[in-house]
Amino acid sequence: MSWLNRVRNAIPFIAKKADTPDNLWQKCPSCGQMIFQKEWDENLSVCPRCEHHGRIGPKARFSHIFDEGTLKLLPTPVVKEDPLKFRDSKRYTDRLKAARAATTEQDALLNGIGKIEGQQAVVGVQDFAFMGGSMGTAVGAAFVAGVKEAIKRRCPYIVFTAAGGARMQEGILSLMQMPRATVAIQQLRAAGQPYIVVLTDPTTGGVTASYAMLGDIQIAEPNALIAFAGARVIENTIREKLPEGFQRAEYLLEHGMIDMVVHRKELKPMLAKTIGYLSGAKAA
Amino acid sequence: MISYLDFEKPVAALQARIDELRETADDGAIDIDAEIEKLQQRSTTMLAELYGKLSPWQKTQVARHAERPHFRDFVSAMCSDFMPLAGDRAYADDKAIQGGFATISGRKVMLIGHEKGNDTASRVKHNFGMGMPEGYRKAVRLMELASRFGLPVVTLVDTSGAFPGVQAEERGQAEAIARATEACLALNVSMVAAVVGEGGSGGAVALASANRVLMMEHAIYSVISPEGCASILWRTADKAADAAQAMQVTAQQLLTLGVIDRIVPEPLGGAHREPQVAIQALQKAITEELRTLDGLSGTQLRNQRAEKFLALGS
Ligand SMILES: [Zn+2]
Repeated sequence: MSWLNRVRNAIPFIAKKADTPDNLWQKCPSCGQMIFQKEWDENLSVCPRCEHHGRIGPKARFSHIFDEGTLKLLPTPVVKEDPLKFRDSKRYTDRLKAARAATTEQDALLNGIGKIEGQQAVVGVQDFAFMGGSMGTAVGAAFVAGVKEAIKRRCPYIVFTAAGGARMQEGILSLMQMPRATVAIQQLRAAGQPYIVVLTDPTTGGVTASYAMLGDIQIAEPNALIAFAGARVIENTIREKLPEGFQRAEYLLEHGMIDMVVHRKELKPMLAKTIGYLSGAKAA
Repeated sequence: MISYLDFEKPVAALQARIDELRETADDGAIDIDAEIEKLQQRSTTMLAELYGKLSPWQKTQVARHAERPHFRDFVSAMCSDFMPLAGDRAYADDKAIQGGFATISGRKVMLIGHEKGNDTASRVKHNFGMGMPEGYRKAVRLMELASRFGLPVVTLVDTSGAFPGVQAEERGQAEAIARATEACLALNVSMVAAVVGEGGSGGAVALASANRVLMMEHAIYSVISPEGCASILWRTADKAADAAQAMQVTAQQLLTLGVIDRIVPEPLGGAHREPQVAIQALQKAITEELRTLDGLSGTQLRNQRAEKFLALGS
């Protein structure tokens, strides 16, 4: 059974409201609708009422994208921790510890290899829950490792972006991840493999201004915030209200910055089809 | 008359006293040359001490000093010829990012850089050195042109950042920056970048992903402005000095981190006190760095950049 049918046939989870613990409910962050956790999960964390696409981490994403039983996680590269010995109101090392405890991930980008409707791909997923998905040396290293694996296996690299921007606690080294990731993309291109970007909510700052905008194909999830500069920064600069829908996926589509906006339920077949076309010449 | 920064107040006071004495000396016959000479020496010592241990935040102020040499000053003192080239061929000519053929120390190059402007009218014209997407796309066009015709690329980076605005977003500021970074890395010719004032975030790295990255002695280069970092992590822009300290934004710190390759010395008290001396030092450094890259093939130059940036943060 395809996952689409699975969603359609899903039997609503039945529980008595009075004795349902809070964690079995999910409140849609957009419309406020209370949704059973099971229904929310089965609907790929998309609100059945308003179609709001909830933020999801690598594990959920892999389960949506890869054929069942094909996922193999790539090891997360080890980088020098806290290279600047950075401290604001908290130590950076403490922030890292807290993020690791909260997400059970090592840092904000996780790679998996698996099959998408039978076609092999390396998929990197950025985790907004890990320090706002911010790009530091660990994210840069994971991106490079993901691309390397794709080159080795002669398959596409797909990245799901989600980031508040660069990881300020790593100062200039976080900025240097922009050219670093770009070098990796050039190597993937030289190897003749596709690079596909799926922009998810939110993708901003230095991530947008580097690997998130260099895809051979640019896909975005509905209503995802995709920006270079933050709305508040812009408002403070121009001192006027921003246009309706500004910096949302549909706005970027309108302005020619992406190829398509794709509903999460359609994403897997769309990726499969895209890979199919991009490997068409080789397959034929 | 130079404008003094806050931390230079003791020097300013001393200099005012010297000027006062000079006037007195002009008026009367009293010989106070020796006194003036003594004070002048004290002023110089004081300046040397101050500039010998500038904090990252003080350097930020020096890097942003209004009288610091800007792109056009470098061009007029460093280039025996400059032939500006305009436009991105798609939308407009961005005045914040300048570029064109240039001759430096007898060498033909493609010169690209941010121009901040030096008075109200020119600052507005050049949008305070904050590039628009069309500026970065012009840079891409010029870099590709240089690559095809074998001209080395030299960039002068001096921006608080790419412009944050509705139209900039609409026309793909992020994409333009990403493509410019990519264009630097794809060059078949040598590229030398110099951060001459402020190297602000993506808008800077887009013109600085070079074989050799230089920084002027009191320039800064950072992922976000100290004020921006402070307002996010400390929840107040007042902590900008702390943020500058924590982020490590100075040339000296960045050399230690291996992010830049060379520091170009500035005259005592910063480039704005003796712009010609500063510009000459930069010209010498650029000329030498270009020479070290001579003889490398396009592939070798591309590989050198790739290895350099792949290693940053591994
Ligand atoms: Zn909803």
